[in-house]
Amino acid sequence: MEISTSFDAGRLTVYISGELDHHEAHCAMLRIDELLDEYMPRDCALNLAGLRFMDSSGIALIVRVSRRMQILGGRAWIEDPARQPQRVIDAAGIDRLVPIAMSR
Amino acid sequence: MKENNYIRLEFPSRSSNESFARAAAAAFAAQLDPTMEELGDLRTAVSEAVTNAIVHAYPDSIGKISMRMRILDESSVEISVRDWGCGIEDVEKAMTPLYTSGGEERSGMGFTIMGSFTDKLRVRSEPGRGTTVTMRKHISPRARRA
Repeated sequence: MEISTSFDAGRLTVYISGELDHHEAHCAMLRIDELLDEYMPRDCALNLAGLRFMDSSGIALIVRVSRRMQILGGRAWIEDPARQPQRVIDAAGIDRLVPIAMSR
Repeated sequence: MKENNYIRLEFPSRSSNESFARAAAAAFAAQLDPTMEELGDLRTAVSEAVTNAIVHAYPDSIGKISMRMRILDESSVEISVRDWGCGIEDVEKAMTPLYTSGGEERSGMGFTIMGSFTDKLRVRSEPGRGTTVTMRKHISPRARRA
């Protein structure tokens, strides 16, 4: 699992690629916490286009980021999820809590 | 049901084994020539079952996890994930969506996803003796897909 970022006009985009399971999720949560503390963004997009695999550990991460952004007074959304993460998101029903944006 | 093939794996409850377990499940199921979506569903369900054993069955120690996979009637995969950990007091409650005893790092959606991504899910548990999660998924024959 790899995390990279871009920041523009108050919007932080976090690109998560590879495989996100329970083994990887703890490090990912700590890294994203650091990024939110560093940038204090108005909006945060979690870009999942390069994520080949995700299980419910990814759901916990997405919900956590959404809650943190609410506390900061901002918004969070999921961007361009690959097919398998999209199926997990659909099964968990979190698209009702965290919007999904498709740019492709 | 006729058992055509099987394998049994045993590994310690280390989180680094999660990716190995789902890769092994995918490699075994490949003999039924599943679609990418069916393969993804199996990998996801196995990841959830093994993670549950690692996080909940052995919260403060490393224990044994056994994974058995069978091909049934040349058309289904059955996967059983067994642990000998602390067991589940109330299985029905544990299977409720969003219920978790695992803190902020768990979503409480593990059983929901296992149920969504397989055709049959059975959970047997006894407090203090462990848990067995059995999942079955039908793989559509290639000829019928064409």
